[in-house]
Amino acid sequence: MKTLYDKIWDAHIVHEETGKPALLYVDLHLIHEVTTPQAFAGLRLANRKVRRPDLTFATLDHAIPTIDRNLPFNDKIAEKQVEALRKNCEEFGIKLFDLDRIEQGIIHVFGPEQGLVQPGQTIVCGDSHTSTHGAFGALAFGIGTSEVEHVFATQTLPQSRSKNMLIKVEGELPFGVTAKDVILAIINEIGTDGATGYVIEYAGAVFENLSMEGRMTVCNMSIEAGARAGLIAPDEKTFEYLKDKPFVPKGKNWEKAVEYWQTLKTDDDAKFDKVVEIEAETLAPFVTWGTSPGMSVKVSENVPDLTDAKNETERKSFERAFEYMALNPAQKVEEIEIDRAFIGSCTNSRIEDLREAAKVIKGYKINEKVSAMIVPGSMQIKKQAEEEGLAQIFVDAGFEWRDAGCSMCLAMNEDILQSGERCASTSNRNFEGRQGRGGRTHLVSPSMAAAAAIAGHFVDVRNWKFND
Amino acid sequence: MNNFIKHKGLVVPLYRANIDTDQIIPKQFLKSIERTGFGQFLFYDWRFDENGVEKTDFVLNQPRYKNASILLTGKNFGCGSSREHAPWSLEDFGFRVVIASAFADIFYNNCLKVGILPVVLDEEVIAESVRKAETVEDYQLTIDLENCKIFDEHGFETAFSIDDFRRYCLLNGLDDIGLTLQYETEIADFENTRPGWKNFARGT
Repeated sequence: MKTLYDKIWDAHIVHEETGKPALLYVDLHLIHEVTTPQAFAGLRLANRKVRRPDLTFATLDHAIPTIDRNLPFNDKIAEKQVEALRKNCEEFGIKLFDLDRIEQGIIHVFGPEQGLVQPGQTIVCGDSHTSTHGAFGALAFGIGTSEVEHVFATQTLPQSRSKNMLIKVEGELPFGVTAKDVILAIINEIGTDGATGYVIEYAGAVFENLSMEGRMTVCNMSIEAGARAGLIAPDEKTFEYLKDKPFVPKGKNWEKAVEYWQTLKTDDDAKFDKVVEIEAETLAPFVTWGTSPGMSVKVSENVPDLTDAKNETERKSFERAFEYMALNPAQKVEEIEIDRAFIGSCTNSRIEDLREAAKVIKGYKINEKVSAMIVPGSMQIKKQAEEEGLAQIFVDAGFEWRDAGCSMCLAMNEDILQSGERCASTSNRNFEGRQGRGGRTHLVSPSMAAAAAIAGHFVDVRNWKFND
Repeated sequence: MNNFIKHKGLVVPLYRANIDTDQIIPKQFLKSIERTGFGQFLFYDWRFDENGVEKTDFVLNQPRYKNASILLTGKNFGCGSSREHAPWSLEDFGFRVVIASAFADIFYNNCLKVGILPVVLDEEVIAESVRKAETVEDYQLTIDLENCKIFDEHGFETAFSIDDFRRYCLLNGLDDIGLTLQYETEIADFENTRPGWKNFARGT
């Protein structure tokens, strides 16, 4: 009896022998400008080719500007990196969705949107948030640049099997509680290394009821719990999302594909190495207060006190985090004032995230001391949000409305926090300096970030006065 | 890849939990398209102040730890981003070994590709080694990968474990791609026996 993970694994073994990692076939290789130049250089040095350029797809996202993209970059080093990807894709015959294309976007938004990501596949990318694609029941994980080169040359990867973890969230999410809050709660519960060595399967009513966008948000942050990958079994919602997307099978092949995809679920009596159960009713909107994604509390609570630390090591990290974040122990979350708000990233930049934010923002103006930006995950989403009237709501409220990219999630371009600035961010990492040296990041859902931008401090979105 | 058989070197303690790859090498240095030269940016925000001046209180800047080649650190080291620039910068700075009670998955793999040996030891053993590295002048450890042993000159010795195949590759400095290409026929067979609709990405 097998788990979903076991089934996908078994279907991709090219070679296996005792005492060695298995050689797994890779169905889809997504690439971007930052983690590939050295891999292409390696190929050139060894006089190798990309084995399957037809299974390799590129876009630009990490280092690119999100405004004035028709102009030369201000950052010449970033421009050189972008140029390198263009040249490499041309030389090795890889399809690149460049900045002038409507498909361009954050690689983990682009892949699903084009139907490149499909159930049962193995997917890799030189980016840790590749775990996003587990939302489709695909085994998807981030790799380093040496492994990128390995996949280029062989379309395979030597891999050791992970353990199986089941995270079950049953019940119904209370009003105002989103996919982002679910995954922040899970990381809070199991810790940032709680799933190291595991592949997580998320199951239960909450995940079944989430949209594909919500499922992507959850799987996206599996890496923040240390997991190799996160998975959600594909269902009708998955097939509905994929149908007619550019790269999915068509006609008879679609029917065959769906027939196969329907078999992709964990057998009833399959065993998991670890099981975690959470009740949806106990969840609330979460806000991170520290410098690790596990350091979070419910918005209605206070940040912890030093006495809440479980041991000396944790107490030290609490102290360090309080100092970096300029917070006092046991401070009330709703009293934390912000300078900036960022809605975007591969975690929360899809159309549903923007709709969620727009509901909160409609009819309001952002607080006069806050500057805020919304960065859609792809140019296609940007267009859709404009057509749906969401963009107008954002602009009327005073948000900057940008072009697609990773932007201030990792602040590799000019979208960056200044030292000491505090930001309500829908991204995935609140590490020291992540959004700019000395910048202070609080991870929240899109509706919570939107509400904080308007109020000027964190507020409980469950009590928000919506202008319908 | 560099091979790794045995290494003796100076130990520097950077004993914090959850040191992420953004700390190891901040993102502004990821724009280079080269594979070398990242050592100068290692732990940049911790080593240098906002004017680029060395912070003398940071452990890596203290004269007694200059030329350290073994990094002793807290659990979940290397969490976060998949950037291989993290082990590249450690290697370029002069580190050959990183010791922690647990490593983040992708970082661990990346180290092995670069030829840095990640050693997992119990937290208590690490805490004790940290104490020695802080108190004993010129505290050195020897890591013997052939026998999976780690020891100092003051009577400490312990075994560590590492996957046999990974150990074999490190000892011999083997190139993964070369190894995999031995299975070229099997890769081709796998591709040829897949139904067309699974060999996807054509939208047909």
